[in-house]
Amino acid sequence: MTCLIAALGRRLLRLIAVLGIVALAAFGLMQASPVDPVDAYLGPQLAQVSPEQRALIAERWGVDQPAVQQFRLWLGNLMRGELGWSRVYNAPVGEVIGSRFLASLPLLASAWLGATLFGFILGVVAGTREDGWADRWIRRYAYTLASTPTFWLAILALLLFSVTLGWTPVCCAGPAGVTRDELGLATRLHHLLLPALTLSLLGVAQITLHTRARMLELMRSEIALHAFAQGASRREVAWRHGARHACLPALTLAFASLGELFGGAILVEQVFAYPGLGRATVEAGLRSDVPLLLAIALFTALFVSLGNALADGLYRLVDPRLREVYQ
Amino acid sequence: MSGAAQAKTSQRVLRGNPRLGLALGALALLAALVALLIAQPSLAERAAASDFQARLLAPGGEHWFGTDVLGRDLLARTLQGLTLSLWVGAAAALLGSLIALGLAALACLGPRADVGVGLLVDSVLGLPHLILLILIAFALGGGTQAVIIAVALTHWPSLTRVLRAELLQLRQADYVRLSRRFGKSRGYIIRHHLLPALLPHCLVGGLLLFPHAILHEAALTFLGFGLSPGQPAIGVLLAESLRYLSAGYWWLGVFPGLGLLLLVLAFDRLGNALRRLLTPREAQQ
Repeated sequence: MTCLIAALGRRLLRLIAVLGIVALAAFGLMQASPVDPVDAYLGPQLAQVSPEQRALIAERWGVDQPAVQQFRLWLGNLMRGELGWSRVYNAPVGEVIGSRFLASLPLLASAWLGATLFGFILGVVAGTREDGWADRWIRRYAYTLASTPTFWLAILALLLFSVTLGWTPVCCAGPAGVTRDELGLATRLHHLLLPALTLSLLGVAQITLHTRARMLELMRSEIALHAFAQGASRREVAWRHGARHACLPALTLAFASLGELFGGAILVEQVFAYPGLGRATVEAGLRSDVPLLLAIALFTALFVSLGNALADGLYRLVDPRLREVYQ
Repeated sequence: MSGAAQAKTSQRVLRGNPRLGLALGALALLAALVALLIAQPSLAERAAASDFQARLLAPGGEHWFGTDVLGRDLLARTLQGLTLSLWVGAAAALLGSLIALGLAALACLGPRADVGVGLLVDSVLGLPHLILLILIAFALGGGTQAVIIAVALTHWPSLTRVLRAELLQLRQADYVRLSRRFGKSRGYIIRHHLLPALLPHCLVGGLLLFPHAILHEAALTFLGFGLSPGQPAIGVLLAESLRYLSAGYWWLGVFPGLGLLLLVLAFDRLGNALRRLLTPREAQQ
């Protein structure tokens, strides 16, 4: 028990260290950027602003101070939960991230579930009979999928289902001119369907190949041999022993690939013009909204690190062999 | 019956000897790349030549991939974009492998350095790749150089882990210890024992970085952070196509992506085949 707590503590310390490095690196990168935040904020109105007014804005934001001082200021504000003001959305950064993440959450969650489930099933089917026709096709499919650009897949899906067949809407999270609160559940699901499907296809390849490798390992083991000797069929062994053997690694991998899922969401949201956190990231980057970009970087780092920690913890919880390593 | 059996054995032979397939595949890929390089000047000319008489033509006899909104040949533009991807990807993969090699060596210097490198790896893996790419590209202000640096800076962690593990193992290997006992200098051991043993891993790792680098470059450019919109990069072509998709000009979105997929697939295959050949122990896992 004590060693478990120690491991947890070490994990937490590492999480904090990683977040600290990410914060420092992100802030440093923003500082190194040639984009001047005040100029970016003023945009075309720059000509109408006198140098004194400009200096006033710079002073108010604290960008006239040295970088170390700014970092301290920013970190202090962060600790107090003040993330700053998003210039692109003209709202507090915390609010923007909250509402945008809420919009992205159904997309991320359904894609994650779909990818995990679908990838796992394909992996088990492929691993049932090595080099069988199913295995060969699934393997080919997974390898091709792993090399496919996410956004291109989204473009293809858009072309096929939205433009040619007209089954799904072409863009956005709802029809134009309707606010978020007025949307019915059916409309929302209708708009969510294609982005979620595309995004879930992305994660399938990795989980399938990983699960397949685990399955092959088991099908060659003595456990499988014993079961075969008792007259079990390949399919029975695969689903009764193999699926159990492979489900934990698959789940771990699914938790560990949250970062990739989020990266995919950025691209998919861009193609489908889905107003989630991914699109906010792109907007913030393209229009130099530094506070928002910084906050999103930290938020996603937390999201991904928690996923990694969860994956690690899950493993250790279920597999006692791993616990011993850390004693 | 015997015919079928014979076909099966010949298939076995082909499949059982990855070297033949690898050699043929590598040769074909090399030939395609050389052809692309030779055709480069005339291709660039064609990719930039707009013809307002031939706007948005569907794929057909004269323009195999069709034309875009300015009447430029999409085939030429796609090939041009792939060449660009190749250069950027190659530079980024090379730079990434070098970073990985340096950090792996650093990690082997002592336990403290090891922890530091591990933390660095964790930090990079702790952010979604794309977010880090956006941050770096934003910091460097976009452009070709920024993309190369951004992709290189995000793609070293996995290779660093592999190389570090390999180095730690090598250092304890009998022949290296024996060499040290014989009083060989550090430089000698590095040059004669460590580097030759690491080279295949580096080569394979770098080659496998390549497809990832290309994909991430395209994604970054697609989002508007990478190569400038004036360059015919695949990401630019696809971002442009988004405007015309709903009007039914499907070829603008389909062909550039298909080209990218084929390129990535080819290098992925090549890298994996090479891995099986050069590092059989690792490929088994």
